[in-house]
Order: sequence, then structure tokens, then C-alpha cells
Amino acid sequence: MKGSVHVAGIGVISAIGSSASATLAAFREQESGIGHITHFDSVHKNVLPVGEVKLPNEALCDILWQGAHVTRTALLGIHAAREAVKSSGVDVKRWRTGLISATTVGGMDKTEHFFIDYLNNPNAGKLRNVVNHECGKSTEIIADDLGVKGFISTINTACSSSVNAIALGSRLIKHGLLDVVIAGGSDALSKFTLNGFNSLMILDQQPCRPFDASRSGLNLGEGAGFVVLVSDEVRQAEGVASRVLVNGYANTNDAYHQTASSPEGRGSFGAMQKALAMSGLLPQDIDYINLHGTGTLNNDLSEGTAVARLYGEKYPRMSSTKAFTGHTLGASGGIEAVFSVLALQHQCVFPNLRFETPIPEVGLVPQRTFEENVSVKHVMSNSFGFGGNCSSIIFSRN
Amino acid sequence: MALGITRYSRIKDRTLVRQGEVVHTGADGSFDDFLDNALKALNIAYPKFYKMDRAAKLGFLGTEMLVNNTAVLSGYEPARVALVVANAHASLDTDIRYFETTKTMASPALFVYTLPNIVIGEICIRHGIKGENACFVLPAFDAQQLHDYVTMVMATEKTQACVAGWVDVLGDQHDVFLYLVEKKQQHINALEHTAEQLQKLYEHYGTVDGRS
Amino acid sequence: MEQLMADLKKQIIEALNLKHLKPEDIGDDQALFVEGLGLDSIDALELIVLLQQHYNIKLANPQDGPQIFKSVRTIAEYIQANKPS
Repeated sequence: MKGSVHVAGIGVISAIGSSASATLAAFREQESGIGHITHFDSVHKNVLPVGEVKLPNEALCDILWQGAHVTRTALLGIHAAREAVKSSGVDVKRWRTGLISATTVGGMDKTEHFFIDYLNNPNAGKLRNVVNHECGKSTEIIADDLGVKGFISTINTACSSSVNAIALGSRLIKHGLLDVVIAGGSDALSKFTLNGFNSLMILDQQPCRPFDASRSGLNLGEGAGFVVLVSDEVRQAEGVASRVLVNGYANTNDAYHQTASSPEGRGSFGAMQKALAMSGLLPQDIDYINLHGTGTLNNDLSEGTAVARLYGEKYPRMSSTKAFTGHTLGASGGIEAVFSVLALQHQCVFPNLRFETPIPEVGLVPQRTFEENVSVKHVMSNSFGFGGNCSSIIFSRN
Repeated sequence: MALGITRYSRIKDRTLVRQGEVVHTGADGSFDDFLDNALKALNIAYPKFYKMDRAAKLGFLGTEMLVNNTAVLSGYEPARVALVVANAHASLDTDIRYFETTKTMASPALFVYTLPNIVIGEICIRHGIKGENACFVLPAFDAQQLHDYVTMVMATEKTQACVAGWVDVLGDQHDVFLYLVEKKQQHINALEHTAEQLQKLYEHYGTVDGRS
Repeated sequence: MEQLMADLKKQIIEALNLKHLKPEDIGDDQALFVEGLGLDSIDALELIVLLQQHYNIKLANPQDGPQIFKSVRTIAEYIQANKPS
């Protein structure tokens, strides 16, 4: 293993904007993207708030020149991945390029449409609406769009998926197997996840309040976020201007429960600690933590306990951005990786919206305002998933 | 250091096979009855088993056969044991059953199993495994890919042992092949960890010479 | 009350896949969670589904669960107090 892994480009689409610059503007204005469901029918339509990407499928197809059968997960993915590649300025066809995309629902949105007719009549429904169901298919559609023909892989480890995609991409570059990797994730809202998370009774009927004592659940969101990772050689040859690099990452297994995190947050503690060890940094070197902070009782207490254990009284600026975007599941690690890079590039930190009272057991007070002209050299981003799959990643500015 | 396959198990056609020897077979009753009876046949008390989905139950049973009441896994530090599992049908079996419940009331207990990697989580919880883990969705059993990935995981210094294999289920159709690979060399009966060997064990019900 | 508790035990075993237990193994006042039967958060959610499906009682706030689901008796008392008339 040798050399560094640089972040040459970023791309993002979520409830608060369809580009990196629009996202930054929304943070600056403290404009949350949480609202009512408008893109599909649901019995929860006016009950459960969500973080929808404002563009409907028709508009996305129009902008991206894609056919109507392309799934929303793939459309969002193409949108963000194109922005990432464009902003990198790297000619991805010139290098050994890979695409690693994370998703948990894949083409579920189209399948849900197909099912209704099909169940009534096996001859009804258009098969072209289910051929893109599989998670891996959304990655293939994005790869085709970008012209990536080398290494293509899909990761689904629930809500930590995207961080694991970026970690895998970094390893492939470090080991000299690839030169360029477009890594991140995409997930569209679907009835499947809405009803599923609702059955777990962890959806808040109000806009979510991560890390607040009064929190009572998460809001689901949707979107996609990708980073373009490049080797030292590519950075030099392509004249990449970015000074951000992937400095460390870790993935741990909580081995506690299918969905709940261990109360003491042993998996999340281990992930943060091991990511720090890889980067050679001390906890105090981190300037900003982008928390997983879903807003559920269990996650925020468990993550908060782990952060408190790592830092004690003196902890860095930190916030959960899910009060803006909702929890975008498999895409969240990619979207929040883009936020982390934005913090490094623009020397700013993002507010933890709707925070009022600290969780009594841990007493942490997150960042409450958008703050610029802050010295941000190292950012840690947490993503923890069902199955006890915990990941942390550190981005640094050199 | 050479890698050795020290233990292997197979579940197919409602038959549990450990190191090539039939441990339990259950043709009567439903497939779910077979799974629950298999646990009893292995003499294991683990109430949480009954709450698992079929994939997790199969992975659990296969791993129990590997461990066979010994300290083979617990003898290692938790972070030194890895787990690599693949299948063809992801969590589709549970997805379908969960979908059925959404017609009346969505079942939380089923929803938590609508991810293909939960089988890994259940095995980790049972045996306290905290090492590298991966769950692949592949078109079919692929001995070469399994061998290559496990070899890569075992190449790291921290990993001393790896439970690996195939755990696939859709409806009553099931196909399980699990094995344990270890770095220690003192196992006289260890088989060489090669793709050919894995293919042979998979095809021949886990018997080395082809008898089933 | 006795009949309701007997019914509940059967329904709980069925809904939570407690195949290692028979109704008579569950005491009326035995703790259901952690120390007692060892049920977990997902089981609590299935109990909420059970109340809705069998007794048409909707529990809106899962945080009320621990109080109501202490034992078979507390569930039975809750059902009697909240039965839709």
C-alpha cells in the first residue's frame, strides 16, 4: 500500500438541493428539506414527514435524458455521479476507473407500481418496470451512463453502505488496482421503507430532532451522493486542484441485535477509534463530526455515549445533518461524505437543526448555527446500520 | 502459512451433513418444521432461533455444525474471526413474506430480516464474531470467487480463522455449504484451501471422496 | 380475566415464535422482558401489532410499551381498561 487517496470531485442531490452549491446555500439559510410526501401515494401521506428530492421522476428523466422505465434510485444516482465526475475534471475513460455504489432499495419504486396491476392479473403490468429491481442494476445503469467499464460493485450494509463503498474504493486505489473510483450511494423513497420503518415505530410524525432530549424518531429521506477518488498519479496528471483526501476509515461489527445498537455504543466507538488510528490522528485533531444522528432514541443515545466516551468533556463541533435531509439510508454516507468535503473546502460547519435540550444521559450540545471562517482540517463522518454494521470515515485537508 | 479447511458442513434436500456425515434428515412436515427440528436434533437451546428468518436459520445451523459444541471459534479473539457468506436470492424469501403482512399489518419482526446480510449478524451475535465480514449476492455458487476473497481476508495479519460459504434459500429451495478455514497448521486432517477443493465439497454433499 | 390471560399466552407464543414454550410455562406475573422471558424491542413491536389485530387497541406511543408489557397480567389489565366498546 502506498500513496494517498484524493477526493477530486463531489456530487450530491437531496431534499435540500440538487447540487453541491445549492446544498451549501440551503445550509447557509438553515432551510430544511423535510415536508409532506408528494411523489407517491401512501396512507401516511399527510402524517409522516419525509425529505423528498423536489424533482419528480419526469423532470429527472428530462434533465438526464433517461427513459421512463429507469428507477428513481438510478436517476438520483446518475444526477449526483455526473456532477461528481464533472466537478473533478478527470477524464474517467483515460484511467482504470471503477464505480462502487451503495443502495438498500434499488428499483423498489418501480416494482411497487408493477405489483398492484400484476397481483390482480398476471398478464398485466409491464415487465420493463421490474427488470431494474435488483440493487446491482442501479449501479450498472449509473456505470453505463458514465461510461465506466472496469470494476463495478454494489454495497448494501443498510445505513452504513455508502461509507463502506468509499472505503472499498480507497483500498482499491491504495493497492494499485484502480486509478479512479467513483464511490457513494443512492436511495429513493419507497413504500417499502416507509411502511417498514413505520412498523418499527421509529418514524417521527414531526420533523426529526436529532440529539435532542425530546427526539422521537427519524424522518426518511432520499437522494444520492458521490465522491471521485483518485491516486497521486491521476491527481498530478489531471491537474486536480482539490486538497481533500481520505485519511482513514473503519468498519466494525456491533454483534448485538438485528436493528438496535448496543446501549454503550461499542460498535460506533470502535469504528471512530479505528478510523482515527488509521489516519494517525488523535481524537482532539478532529474539527467537526458529521454524526449519524438519525433522531431515534436508540441511535442517538448509543452514538452519543460512544462520542462522550471518546472525548469526555471537551468534544469538537458536531452535528447531524439529517434534520435537513431526512435519513437517506444507503445514500446517507455518500451524501454526508459530500457534506464533509464541503466543510473542508469552505471552512464551515453545519447546524444541527431543531436542537434545544441535550440528551440527559450524555449531555452533548451539537453545533446550532451555520458557521463560516472556522478552521476545519479534519472531519469525521459516522454511518451506522442495521445488523450492527458501524462505519466511520475521516476526510482531511492537506 | 498455508490455509487449511478444518471443518465443513452442508444443508441440502432437508439433510444436515457435517464433515460428510449425515447428522439429521427430515422429510416430513413443512420446511419450517424441518428447520426447527434440525435445531433440536443438534441439541441446541437457543430460543432466538425461532424468531429468525429462513436464511438466518440455515446459516445458524450450518455454523453450529462447524462448531459442533467445541471452542473452535471462541478460542480466538472476536476480531480475529472473519465471516464471508454469499447467496443468490438475497433476502427475497423474507421480502415476499413481509410483503404479505403489509396487506394487513406490516410485521416489524419480518421487516428486520429484509436485508441479505442479517444472516451474518445472527451468526456474529451467537458466536461473538467481530472480525471482517462480507455478504455477496451472486448469480450462483462460485468456488473461485469465494476462494479468492477468503484468501484475501486471511492474508491480513489480524484474521486467524474464517467461516465462509454459501447460504441460499427461496421458499423450500435451500442450499447451504459452510466451511472453516484456519491458519494453524497442526490439523492433520485439514484440506487444502483451493477453489477445486471447495467445488468438490460443495458438489459432493461435503464428502471428500464423493460419497453422500 | 383468567380466560383473557390464557388467550394472551397462546397469542404471545404464536406471534413471537416462542416455540420452546407452552402457555403454562408463562406465569401470569412473570416479567416478559430482559430478565424474565428475555423479549427484546422487536418483540415489543409485535405485541403492539398483536393488540391491534386481536383486540383492536391502537398503541400510538411505543414508549408506553414497557409499562403495559411488564407481564401477561398487566397486558390483560390494559386490554380490559382500553377495550373499544
